[in-house]
Amino acid sequence: MSSTKMTLLQAINTTLDYALANDPAVFIIGEDIVDPKGGGFGQTKGLSTKYGTKRIREAPISEQAIVGASIGAAMIGAKPIVEIMVADFHAVCFDQVVNHAAKMRYMSGGRTTVPIVIRGLTGGGLNFGAQHSQSVEAWMANVPGLKVAIASNPADMKGILLEAIDDPDPVIVFEPLALYNTSGAVPDGPYKVHLGTAAVAREGNDVTVVSYGAQVPVALGAAERLAAEEGTEVEVIDLRWLVPWDRETVLTSVRKTRRCVILHQAVRRSGFGAEIAATVAEECFWQLDGPVVRIAGKNTPIPTSPALEDAAVPQLPEIISTLRRVATT
Amino acid sequence: VTSNQTRADIYRRMYRAFASDETIRKLIMAGTVSVIYYSGRGQEAIPAAVSTLLTDDDYITTNYRGIHDIIAKGASLGELFAEIFGRATGVNKAKGGLLHVVDPRVGVMANSAIVAGTVPIANGLALWSSMTESDAVTISYFGDGSTNIGAFHESLNMAAVWDLPVVFVCQNNGYGQYIPRMQTMRVEEIATRADSYGMPGVRVDGNDPDAMYEVAKAAVDRARAGQGPTLIEAMTYRFMGHNFGMDRMEYMPKDEYQAAVAADPVPAYRRRLIEEGALSEAEIAELEAQVEREVSEGIEFALASPYPDPTDVVSDVYAEVVPA
Repeated sequence: MSSTKMTLLQAINTTLDYALANDPAVFIIGEDIVDPKGGGFGQTKGLSTKYGTKRIREAPISEQAIVGASIGAAMIGAKPIVEIMVADFHAVCFDQVVNHAAKMRYMSGGRTTVPIVIRGLTGGGLNFGAQHSQSVEAWMANVPGLKVAIASNPADMKGILLEAIDDPDPVIVFEPLALYNTSGAVPDGPYKVHLGTAAVAREGNDVTVVSYGAQVPVALGAAERLAAEEGTEVEVIDLRWLVPWDRETVLTSVRKTRRCVILHQAVRRSGFGAEIAATVAEECFWQLDGPVVRIAGKNTPIPTSPALEDAAVPQLPEIISTLRRVATT
Repeated sequence: VTSNQTRADIYRRMYRAFASDETIRKLIMAGTVSVIYYSGRGQEAIPAAVSTLLTDDDYITTNYRGIHDIIAKGASLGELFAEIFGRATGVNKAKGGLLHVVDPRVGVMANSAIVAGTVPIANGLALWSSMTESDAVTISYFGDGSTNIGAFHESLNMAAVWDLPVVFVCQNNGYGQYIPRMQTMRVEEIATRADSYGMPGVRVDGNDPDAMYEVAKAAVDRARAGQGPTLIEAMTYRFMGHNFGMDRMEYMPKDEYQAAVAADPVPAYRRRLIEEGALSEAEIAELEAQVEREVSEGIEFALASPYPDPTDVVSDVYAEVVPA
């Protein structure tokens, strides 16, 4: 399959363009999404000029009304893509997301469905502080009825978005802001990352790292250092989908390496890593050579100063030292 | 002036909601069924008048006190009762119950136990109708208490900005749960809130079916013509309190309550139709007998239906079965 090199930001823009061009049921609704600005970082740049302001629908700053409108439209045949600008803003439309979008199929016994995609940036790294830097995926993963995905590279960004747009259920797609300008080859055409499929981002026999989103490239960097300096081979699994998550790929890897480290930027307490750790303990406790270990954000809000923010989320030295410790016990 | 045929249709819809409500409450009192029940008794004229202006291709959204809205829109009674009674044959496989029951086959699209929860969703139904150039209209039903929550304000503003084909129908029954309305807002007329969104707002006696019909017709015609939304404040009263059987209604002044019940819109409209020669006593009796047969058959169907299989608990969470 041919591919094109682009940034993760360009992957978002070109994938939305592809979906709009190929499916008349798709429309986009959100805040600050129309030209000339075309999104806070240009995620939707050019699309309102190309497809018109009916399909690229600029909304009032009213996240509940935005999500609600997407739910109603989706019930009768539309495939709306909602932009929630920053993951933290899910808090102001949480009722529509978790009590309505997530539960309509169930409460109606399957008579109404809500095939919406809610996408937007997530995570820290650019010193935006406590209300623009949170990783809220565990909030969403806790709600039956929602599907949750997060990309770590431009190709997966496209593949996840196209899969989510065609999925018959509400899908929350997180885009790590810290990776917006990272580049990679993106397959041309209708490339999809199938629901619930993880990727083995790097193979190794000594320790498994389960991660997702912005921490995946950090984990890969740590793995390369350990391989070069100490000959330790780390297997890095990029979950890509948190709901449903790829238990088979994770458990198969842990049974091989017998060691499991979970890495995410979100706070440790009740983070998604706890779910993975519990599952690994339940399913392959007797095949482990040591305890499952979590590397995660501190149990604090994200501070604004760079000096403090770096202390709040996992950094390379901590990851390397933890992997070394786990690999040698 | 409303035609006799339309007025008979309004009365049939009112009586269908009335007879269903009376029957369900009797079954609860007799201990035949044990369910949480929010009665729509007293508010029937509003959706009955509105529904005569709609087809199955038009949409409504409502809330936990919406059984009269759903019945007036034409939902099949047997599957509705089975849903309320938690039976497998319920229209939503007993997963929704009274608080969440919907029937998209007749345009009943969303129902929520969150106050004003479906108001934003009504906009979406109207939005896609408008984007696909369908002439469908969406009615959003909610109560007076709903007009104090953020979702309401966001939704009315958005509907006005986008000229959506939606009619917001506030059923103002004077109480939010156990609290009189004027303890929770300074505006006497909720209809005036429409001014701040730039849409027409009309207050009407929601217990007068003919007046309700005229106001609703203007709003539905306006929406269908692509001229945008309207807020209707329909004045009404809640005869059974907040939740049936759990509410002693001591917070409702006795004289106010007795006057409201004396003006019960169902028998009042019946008298008016006969007095004005719209329908004869015999015609009304025949209409009522037909409705009562339909209600009895629906109840029989529901009570004869089995409870769902416990293994059904994990279906309908997602399109596909995923690990629980």
